[in-house]
Amino acid sequence: MSARPMIELRKVSKRFGDFQALKAIDLEVAPGEKIVVCGPSGSGKSTMIRIVNGLERHDSGTVVVDGIELRDDLREIEAIRAEVGMVFQSFNLFPHLTVLQNLTLAPLWVRKMPRRQAEALAMELLERVKIPEQAGKYPGQLSGGQQQRVAIARALAMRPKAMLFDEPTSALDPEMIKEVLDVMVELAREGMTMVVVTHEMGFARTVADRVVFMDQGEIVEAAPPQEFFGAPQTDRARLFLSQILGH
Amino acid sequence: MSAPVHPVVNAAGSAPAGGAAPLRWLRANLFASWPNALLTLAALWLLWRALPPFVDWAFLDAIWTAPDSKACRAAAGEGACWAFVAEKHRFILFGTYPYEEHWRPAVACVILVGLWAASGLRRLWNWRLVPLWAAGLAAVGVLMWGGVPGLPYVENERWGGLILTLLLTTFGLAIAFPLAILLALGRRSGMPVIQGLCVGFIELVRGVPLISLLFMASVMLPLFLPERVTIDKLLRAQIAMILFAAAYLAEVVRGGLQAIPRGQYEAADALGLSFWEKTLLVVLPQALRISIPPLVNTFIGFFKDTSLVLIIGLFDLLSTVKVSLTEPAWTGFGVEAYLFAALVYFVFCFAMSRYSQSLERELARADAGRRR
Ligand SMILES: Nc1ncnc2c1ncn2[C@@H]1O[C@H](COP(=O)(O)OP(=O)(O)O)[C@@H](O)[C@H]1O
Ligand SMILES: [Mg+2]
Repeated sequence: MSARPMIELRKVSKRFGDFQALKAIDLEVAPGEKIVVCGPSGSGKSTMIRIVNGLERHDSGTVVVDGIELRDDLREIEAIRAEVGMVFQSFNLFPHLTVLQNLTLAPLWVRKMPRRQAEALAMELLERVKIPEQAGKYPGQLSGGQQQRVAIARALAMRPKAMLFDEPTSALDPEMIKEVLDVMVELAREGMTMVVVTHEMGFARTVADRVVFMDQGEIVEAAPPQEFFGAPQTDRARLFLSQILGH
Repeated sequence: MSAPVHPVVNAAGSAPAGGAAPLRWLRANLFASWPNALLTLAALWLLWRALPPFVDWAFLDAIWTAPDSKACRAAAGEGACWAFVAEKHRFILFGTYPYEEHWRPAVACVILVGLWAASGLRRLWNWRLVPLWAAGLAAVGVLMWGGVPGLPYVENERWGGLILTLLLTTFGLAIAFPLAILLALGRRSGMPVIQGLCVGFIELVRGVPLISLLFMASVMLPLFLPERVTIDKLLRAQIAMILFAAAYLAEVVRGGLQAIPRGQYEAADALGLSFWEKTLLVVLPQALRISIPPLVNTFIGFFKDTSLVLIIGLFDLLSTVKVSLTEPAWTGFGVEAYLFAALVYFVFCFAMSRYSQSLERELARADAGRRR
């Protein structure tokens, strides 16, 4: 394994108009490492992971993904996006395509994979997320939990080197959260590099190598889960933990 | 009379079977309340006054065939002179195209209508439509121009009538539609120069009547072109119509694009799809689908608007009708002639309108099937 980090943010800042959403963020994610990002709403978690695959452009600092620095060159950004999977809170499946077509679209067009191979891969991934029987359906015919698992499979179909998750279970009914988290835990066991924005602290405890706590555009703490949950260093983290674990 | 108002909740169609059903339907739909009953009676009275005389004129007293206009003149005012239409229909439909070659525009009309019909079938909605259209339009071109063995050359000044209307509409829409998509994409591109050009073009064209565009194309365009370059009248009119249709269609497409949630763009981006892959595979299929009803609406309007080319001296369906009336023997049968033209327009527009309605229903059903 190379010592080079999979994802590296150095002094990354981002403003929206007058509002400073990220203030000189530093973060390194090693290959195979699992990071859970938490923090109050509006603290910049989404902005940070969206910068990693160029959905949001940073104003200053450097972002390096798999050895490639993110600049304005669109081709480079597209190359990085192909290596980094992303799962959204609202699934964002393509409603006009079947589940199978959702999974094969990018492999066919971006990876130029032969159709037969792309479909075999898609079926294999649907097995992994435990819904192979839904391959011919449209996203609108699936439950939220099923849709999110399809979305995970769609990202995996590109054989990414890292996966970003932006609150993947926040839009789900409680009874569906577990089926999605199970898939993510399994993915973590297989050694995927993961950055997961979530408030599922049980998931953080089982899976995370480090928990990153953000507040007001800054990374306030970053520590292994036992340390972070057992002995948070800052008042802000303590307050946040008491709020989400309190009730 | 005291008409008790029955609480008929499910009006049409759901009345139980039996002798009372038609009566119940009448009461529920035509005599539900006093104003409703009055309107029904007024409408019936109007129909009773207007329909029999019209039927007499159009059918019972009409003259269907006549060797010349004398028979029609003799029956002046009593019945319609369909003999005029029978006599002139070839000219009305095909203009001054050489008489013995009329089968060529006729076949061309059939091909064009066939292309449209094929494009209307959902199961044919795939890339094969593109070569089909290319082949169809090429065949129409060869048929109309000729100049190949067996088909004498016919210059396009002699094209006219229905085929000209269909050609202007078909080529107009076939070129304007892709152009409109580019304009709509450009308008949303966020690149200042491209966006400015697209907005400028769309607003400019939408800001002037089609007539003035046609005049500009036929009168002003030649002034700007170098001495030796001449574009023929048909092409100039076609260009004007394309620009006109493109501007309106662009706004329809833009409406569809606006309805696509940002998450769709982001998901496509996150998978590494390029701009064109994202646009063609993810965004447009959804946006165009939403836009189908207003698109068909615009198509219908455009089909009828082609009749304006008569003011710059092209012989579309309406112009050939007008010209056929100028023959001394047949002057004065304008009502019959224009009714015939209206009927042809109506058949096409009604077909498009019904098609659009059935498509809307079908898509709604398909969408419902894609949800739980
Ligand atoms: N496109 C945008 N335009 C303006 N403000 C934005 C935009 N995206 C995010 N913000 C602001 O940046 C801050 C951080 O947002 P976000 O990263 O989404 O926070 P989080 O994901 O931690 O809830 C919020 O205050 C939000 O309102
Ligand atoms: Mg967020």
